Amino acid sequence: MGALLILIGYFLGLYFDSAITGLVIAILLWAILSLVAYFQGDGILLGMSRAKKIGPDDHPRLYNVVEEMKIASGLEKMPDIYIIDDPALNAFATGRNPNKASVAITSGLLQKLNRDELQGVIGHEISHVKNRDVLLMAMCSILLGTIVLLAWYGSRFLIFGGAGSRRSSSSGGGGGAQIVILVVALVFMILTPIFAQLIYFAISRKREYLADASSALYTRYPEGLASALEKLGASTGQLKSANKATAPMYIVNPFRQKGMKASDLSSTHPPISERIRILRAMAGASFNDYDQAYRQVHQGGKGVVPAASLAAATVPITTVKLEGEAGELNEIQRVRETSDAMWRLSNYKTITCDCGAKLRVPPNFKEPQIKCPHCGRTHQV
Amino acid sequence: MLAVYIIIGVVVVLAIVLWLLYNGLVRLRNQVKNAWAQIDVQLKRRHDLIPNLVETVKGYMKFERETLEAVTKARNIAQQASSAGAGERAKVEGELSSALSRLLAVVERYPDLKANQNFMALQEELTSTENKISFSRQFYNDSVLRYNNQTQMVPSNIVAGMFGFKAGEFFEVTLAAEREPVKVSFTQ
Repeated sequence: MGALLILIGYFLGLYFDSAITGLVIAILLWAILSLVAYFQGDGILLGMSRAKKIGPDDHPRLYNVVEEMKIASGLEKMPDIYIIDDPALNAFATGRNPNKASVAITSGLLQKLNRDELQGVIGHEISHVKNRDVLLMAMCSILLGTIVLLAWYGSRFLIFGGAGSRRSSSSGGGGGAQIVILVVALVFMILTPIFAQLIYFAISRKREYLADASSALYTRYPEGLASALEKLGASTGQLKSANKATAPMYIVNPFRQKGMKASDLSSTHPPISERIRILRAMAGASFNDYDQAYRQVHQGGKGVVPAASLAAATVPITTVKLEGEAGELNEIQRVRETSDAMWRLSNYKTITCDCGAKLRVPPNFKEPQIKCPHCGRTHQV
Repeated sequence: MLAVYIIIGVVVVLAIVLWLLYNGLVRLRNQVKNAWAQIDVQLKRRHDLIPNLVETVKGYMKFERETLEAVTKARNIAQQASSAGAGERAKVEGELSSALSRLLAVVERYPDLKANQNFMALQEELTSTENKISFSRQFYNDSVLRYNNQTQMVPSNIVAGMFGFKAGEFFEVTLAAEREPVKVSFTQ
């Protein structure tokens, strides 16, 4: 993709009479965008999705699960945890390196998943952090963005701008060659962004498979992630705050459509049904098992996990766990738990009345006492 | 003259190889140490949680004195063994785990206790600590495996022998009761 960027810069430069100018423009633009993304990217992404940061007491279950996955992956520093108040089901990881990473999850997903499923999803996100996918994908998307931007401006220049002055300066000799270069440059500028996009999608999909494999390895329980993906796949709600640029960061594509083909080239994520099939076909929990399951689902062909990480010994899957294990919350309890956390994060006080009603006191409520609207008891604020 | 250069070259290359192998071993050994420290933190956390748990549960469970005493006893033994090696610790902590899971299984008979806010928070902490113990054990054993492989394989085994890198000890769970997660039946 870097090569594509340099080529497009070169052709753009030909138009400005010196290839070097074009290259300099391309590289400068790319460098500036990269620097911004490197230092501000996570903040921008989290800000755009209106995520709220939580501590250990705000949502103990989520915090604990993240810490468990941090330990399982051997990550050195605890990532920051954010909740996005959105009923859509999704999650993402961000941060420029494993020591400065964040994991975000929508409140909708948090309510929907039981502990094992949440572990699978968080394991997937933590492995994006551990494998440094976040930085890789951010850099790739910026490279892509630069290429698209340059190609767009370049083709506008070529078609509409400055044609008159160009013609007069080149009319002396070699006008034919100039036109050929112009046509090549034009075709190139139309094709490059498409190629770049396809490369980007391919990298993104590969990292998704790797993150699924790592999640299974960390949790030793591929079924957790599989059943979480099933729930994610069944929902149709779109995330309000997602856009095309941030799409590859999420655990499932926020813009997915139903019935996508397995070989679809134009998606940042592999189809959910396929990811579930691979996870369920795993005989153990190691990378090797994931690779074999992948081959099995794809009827032979190349594997998906890099050969260097395959050398792990056999890793057994944990004995079957069930929802309704001792201490596991049911869905209603999880909804209450999460909505309590969301109210608290917006600085609302929650008072539980003896009649069972819950009073949410807004932060600008100044009275010392409040009456329960249900039974009439007074409470101290 | 040429021979001298060749000899110097070979010596330099050997020194670099030695240096890389040595550093690789140190890195792996430190990872094992770190992973062990992580297990230690989680085990301590569990020891700290148990008195709290026993205190909360006591009022509700009048007829489970034995179960509660077993937990307290196992915890005290485990705490005393906290400076022992991996093998010994794994054994006493395994016993504590099974005593705890027996207690948590009994809790199912006390709906009042299960609805207690304090107990619910404690139970979340305990479940999570148990998970953290097993995840840190998992990571520790993976680290030990990598380190041991490195100390036994050619050529790094030569360096390991020269500088006294000893093989690490796995944190294995020996009790059968600990290997199987406790199944709780809801139909009495």
